[in-house]
Amino acid sequence: MIRPRGDRFGARDLFGESVRGLAGRPGRLALTALAVVLGIGSLTATVGFAQTGARQLEATFNAVDAVHGVVRPAEQDYGAAGAQAVLPWDGDQTAARLNGVEAAGLVTEIELTAPVIAAAPVHDPMAPPTRAPGVMAATPGLLDAVSGTLGQGVWLTGFHEQAALPVAVLGRDAATLLGVTRVDNQPSVFIDERSYTVVGILDRVERVSGLLNAVIVPQSTARAVFGLAAPGGLQVKVALGAGPMVGEVITTALSPNDPSGFEVSMPLPPSKVRQQVTADVNSLFVILGLVALAIGAVTIAVVTSLSVIERRGEIGLRRALGATRLNVALQFVAESAVVGLLGGLTGAAAGVFATVGLAAARQWTPVLDLRLVGAAALTGCLVGVLAGLTPAIRAANLEPATALQEGA
Amino acid sequence: MSTEQPPAIGAADAFGAPPALVRLDGVARSFPGATTVLALRDVDMVIHQGDYVSIMGPSGSGKSTLLNVLGLLDRPTVGRYELDGVDTAPLKDRDRTRLRGRRLGFVFQAFHLLARRSVLENVALGMTYSGVPRGQRRGRAWRALERVSMTHRASFYPTTLSGGERQRVAVARAVAGEPALLLADEPTGNLDAATSAEVLELLEDLNRSGLAIAVVTHDPEVSAAARRRFAMRDGRLREEP
Repeated sequence: MIRPRGDRFGARDLFGESVRGLAGRPGRLALTALAVVLGIGSLTATVGFAQTGARQLEATFNAVDAVHGVVRPAEQDYGAAGAQAVLPWDGDQTAARLNGVEAAGLVTEIELTAPVIAAAPVHDPMAPPTRAPGVMAATPGLLDAVSGTLGQGVWLTGFHEQAALPVAVLGRDAATLLGVTRVDNQPSVFIDERSYTVVGILDRVERVSGLLNAVIVPQSTARAVFGLAAPGGLQVKVALGAGPMVGEVITTALSPNDPSGFEVSMPLPPSKVRQQVTADVNSLFVILGLVALAIGAVTIAVVTSLSVIERRGEIGLRRALGATRLNVALQFVAESAVVGLLGGLTGAAAGVFATVGLAAARQWTPVLDLRLVGAAALTGCLVGVLAGLTPAIRAANLEPATALQEGA
Repeated sequence: MSTEQPPAIGAADAFGAPPALVRLDGVARSFPGATTVLALRDVDMVIHQGDYVSIMGPSGSGKSTLLNVLGLLDRPTVGRYELDGVDTAPLKDRDRTRLRGRRLGFVFQAFHLLARRSVLENVALGMTYSGVPRGQRRGRAWRALERVSMTHRASFYPTTLSGGERQRVAVARAVAGEPALLLADEPTGNLDAATSAEVLELLEDLNRSGLAIAVVTHDPEVSAAARRRFAMRDGRLREEP
């Protein structure tokens, strides 16, 4: 009796027969796959746009919002009884010791009434009034706390701070205003006729943009010269995602007796940022993609059904040659799966191109999870399998004798 | 009459002759419907190895039904069909299909060649489901084409061949898997007289090399080529002298 062993119709035969079955009609194959291409393409592109956009936003948040926080005394009216909470003078060092804080610096705007700020000691009453730069006090940690970069020279150091030296760093705009272009010749600026040696020029900051238009002096110097009452605010730079944690402890660390007297603004962890953005994914495109995919499934089902009718003779022949019902069914499922897979691959590629194109147009970094691209292609394949099931069962149930006769 | 004969399964019969390739015993086939059609009535038939039989009859006489039964494409309603000593009645569809793929070769009036496959591929298709190892199929297809003198057309597509050539390719496909029995359904039905003769000659060659052949036809000339002739009428089979 015939035993089911031996070299029988295997996966390679199945694949070969399906591909050859399809390759005979490339035009039909392309049209059939088109709807799947559109569906998978728009889904992939939608996800790609979302991921790219999220990454872009996240990058922005990373640079500014995701790592920068600030603590200020709460502006409350305590009336006669209460007292305004006050940041300690060494609050920057206290904060810097906290877990998750990468840099901390105090910054205070110094309000002077009609200050005379100039690069030369001579006050020329005939000179036209110019926009005066501001004056600010800062501690050494501020540069990193606001992610600042220096154009020239150095930032205020711990030594400047300890010795309350008459030095200053000029913000970029203040330097322009004062006509200071270089610091290697140790220029001086004068605030109310007191001279300060310019040690550096601040080029960029991510926070406290007022610094760019200010003469920045050490906090200790400001206390001695201008009688500063209290630090105005504490800028902190935290590790990515550490914002909430730092926010919980920082006020207690700064003022154990009155932790509620401060306004704290700390960055959201990036995962929340991502969630917010993902929630904003344009759901219209997802729906369009799903609709196109459904149309693709119907198209494959219809075309495969037609193909079964058209190829009755072939089905009968294969059965006569020894193909089982399962062989026949699998061949049609495999054919529609290949159509779906081709559509899925093409669509995924189109989606990737669209994402890259969009990113390039906006000069963003394209971001797309490659596993997702693979999953998109496989989804196309799955759509093909599902669409091919009914026609395949119909093909398997054809009576070979009838199929041979009718398909002649 | 069937009750008198002992069932001989896979064994030499009483006369010591080799076991029959095909043994039909009281086979009937009816098609239920508004009026039940009796396509085969009490058919007995024995085909031996190396036989060349023809079944002739007008259309509607049941000869196609008989061929379908012989080809395991249809089951008898009543009766017993032994192929190669195996009773086919209890076989499941899967096993019948396997038996068909390995022991039977088919030649059709309409050729049934796949238009988008080359001649060689069409012949190789005949072995795809019959347990021939993949690596041997092309070589055996080539040898089958040699048997029908069609190697010069191996890379052609069927649509570019003449009817006679197509049928020779179909014969090559049928014999490539080395079946025990070749079933031909009106093999010359679509051919002119000259090419018909060619195909008949080919069948005779194959038969001389040991292949058993059963031809169904309504053409007396085709029938005459066979060594044993059966006539079919109203579902009844009768061997002619």
